[in-house]
Amino acid sequence: MAEASQKIPVTVLTGYLGAGKTTLLNRILSENHGKKYAVIVNEFGEIGIDNDLIIGADEEVFEMNNGCVCCTVRGDLVRIMDGLMKRKGKFDAIIVETTGLADPAPVAQTFFVDEDVQKNARLDAVVTVADAKWLSDRLKDAPEAKNQIAFADVIVLNKTDLVSKPELAEVEARIRGINPYAKLHRTERCQVGLTDVLERGAFDLDRILEIEPDFLEAGDDHDHDHDHHHHDHDHHHHHDHSHGGLKHYHDEDMQSLSLRSEKPLDPTKFMPWLQNLVATEGQKILRSKGILAFTGDDDRYVFQGVHMMLEGDHQRKWKDGEKRESRVVFIGRELPEQAIRDGFEQCITT
Amino acid sequence: MKEFDPGEAPSSIVSITDRVKQLPLGAAVGSVHFLGDRAFFVGAEECVAIATADGEITRTETHFGAILCAASDGKRLVTGGDDGKLIAIDAKGETAIITTDAKRRWIDNVALHGDGTVAWSAGKTAFVRNPKGEEKTFEVPSTVGGLAFAPKGLRLAIAHYNGVTLWFPNMAANPEFLEWAGSHLAVSFSPDNKFLVTAMHEAAMHGWRLADNRHMRMSGYPGRVRSMSWSVGGKGLATSGADTVIVWPFTSKDGPMGKEPAMLAPMPARVAVVACHPKNDIMAVGYADGTVLMVRLEDGAEILVRRNAGTAVSALGWNAKGTLLAFGTEDGDAGILEM
Repeated sequence: MAEASQKIPVTVLTGYLGAGKTTLLNRILSENHGKKYAVIVNEFGEIGIDNDLIIGADEEVFEMNNGCVCCTVRGDLVRIMDGLMKRKGKFDAIIVETTGLADPAPVAQTFFVDEDVQKNARLDAVVTVADAKWLSDRLKDAPEAKNQIAFADVIVLNKTDLVSKPELAEVEARIRGINPYAKLHRTERCQVGLTDVLERGAFDLDRILEIEPDFLEAGDDHDHDHDHHHHDHDHHHHHDHSHGGLKHYHDEDMQSLSLRSEKPLDPTKFMPWLQNLVATEGQKILRSKGILAFTGDDDRYVFQGVHMMLEGDHQRKWKDGEKRESRVVFIGRELPEQAIRDGFEQCITT
Repeated sequence: MKEFDPGEAPSSIVSITDRVKQLPLGAAVGSVHFLGDRAFFVGAEECVAIATADGEITRTETHFGAILCAASDGKRLVTGGDDGKLIAIDAKGETAIITTDAKRRWIDNVALHGDGTVAWSAGKTAFVRNPKGEEKTFEVPSTVGGLAFAPKGLRLAIAHYNGVTLWFPNMAANPEFLEWAGSHLAVSFSPDNKFLVTAMHEAAMHGWRLADNRHMRMSGYPGRVRSMSWSVGGKGLATSGADTVIVWPFTSKDGPMGKEPAMLAPMPARVAVVACHPKNDIMAVGYADGTVLMVRLEDGAEILVRRNAGTAVSALGWNAKGTLLAFGTEDGDAGILEM
């Protein structure tokens, strides 16, 4: 099996209709960065560049026959990856563009489930292009848009020139209410540094270094680990409250949940709990990540998951003086927060 | 109790590795087909290399890009590419373009009928063209995973998501649909026309008895089945996907239903390709570690053709008389063995 570094990185590019995906793709294909990309697109012809490595896809979502309804893959992608691998060496990386209405999960799961795809390629990051002007509306009426934000490792908040400063703060707060962990870049005409969207290693276990909300660019340094349990759920659509001038929203159906413990976890309790959790609640959990300190283990353990699929490994020794703190993050829809918190507490070694 | 005997050590297997004519092709091999006594090695990209048993190699450029599929009827070889072209190569090595997809879509699958009809697919569309040049198309609900002509009549099996469509291009009748959940890729009729089998995207095979469409589940593989081959007379179906060759029995009217498959030629590597001999009950087996064996179906006796080296064996083929065996690997090594 090829080492992770020899596997071809795959960037998944999502975004609601008209957000600017094609603009970003055209930039990636036309700019002089010394790399050659194979691009799997859904709308042939939108890309103005002639390239024999642009491949049209059919976005066929197949259920796997393993009794798990949310375990879906992109059947067409399996086939295209197979064909592309015959041309190994002719390109450096692959970009998969999804349609505006697509759920990113089947694309991501293809890279976890399919043996042959996994052998040759690795998921690099899910990049979501969002329209600063219309995203707030889409988050209200389009579940796909919310999925794409929740799933993202990198969010390109585009068309910021079309909104006022307060409107921009508003849409950012809504994004953060769903996914505080993605890297967020504000752009006009997708003018983002390509190194900020490509080669991110977001699914590389070795690069799950810190799980911290990406709030620092907001110029705000107080603890943003809102655990949301102070909310009374009175079922207005959104809650907002202010901290240091930054607006916060609590999205009613898509949230992130952060757990931490300074005491070590019992691996004989944590692993079965986690596996059971994703097996039973995996449909709701879009992404999960964790850095774990286990009792009697000098290694950091890291894991990540997409719905019901998990992968994890010992990463490295805890360094001298490094705080041995376990942190786990879930992003999902209608997460059973209290049950997850209680379950996690039970895994802490007393 | 005695230790479990894992079988003969490799050194004690009869070896004929020194009788193999080496063919350093230098480019990944996708498949190999004999036209007469020359082996046509279909590369992963662009080129078909034609080799004689003496080791003489000539090359023919075919596609601008990847070669995605190939089929041969012994008289010609037809390849489909990601350049949207379907190309025929005759025994002399002369090429002719059969068609170019109007939208330059990938040609994913190809199959040949004994009467000269050719079938291919691009996306969800299957095409057939008879020797007179008349073309017909049929659209299935999802991307075509595999194509196969029935041994009798003009009947094309089209594998896709959730089943196989049996299409009779010359008849007005509605196509028949054999349903089974999951994604079906390679498809093949048994030589007696009684059974249809598919290799699925998951690690399993599926089959139907065509008389009554009764299902045959053939599962338990650790990996996807990428290669299957009918033994002489269709008595068994040899398949890859495990670290032994799994041979399903097809001698009775029930096919493999309720029967255990034979598990032959265990090795510490996954079987990558199988090719049954056209006249005798032996098969050639290529492994993911580069080993090639000849295996007798009756008792599993093995002969070493190529030692494990480098990457996986990706192609195996016999000539029609069964006197020549050719193999090719993912890293571009190849060889021909004269029996």
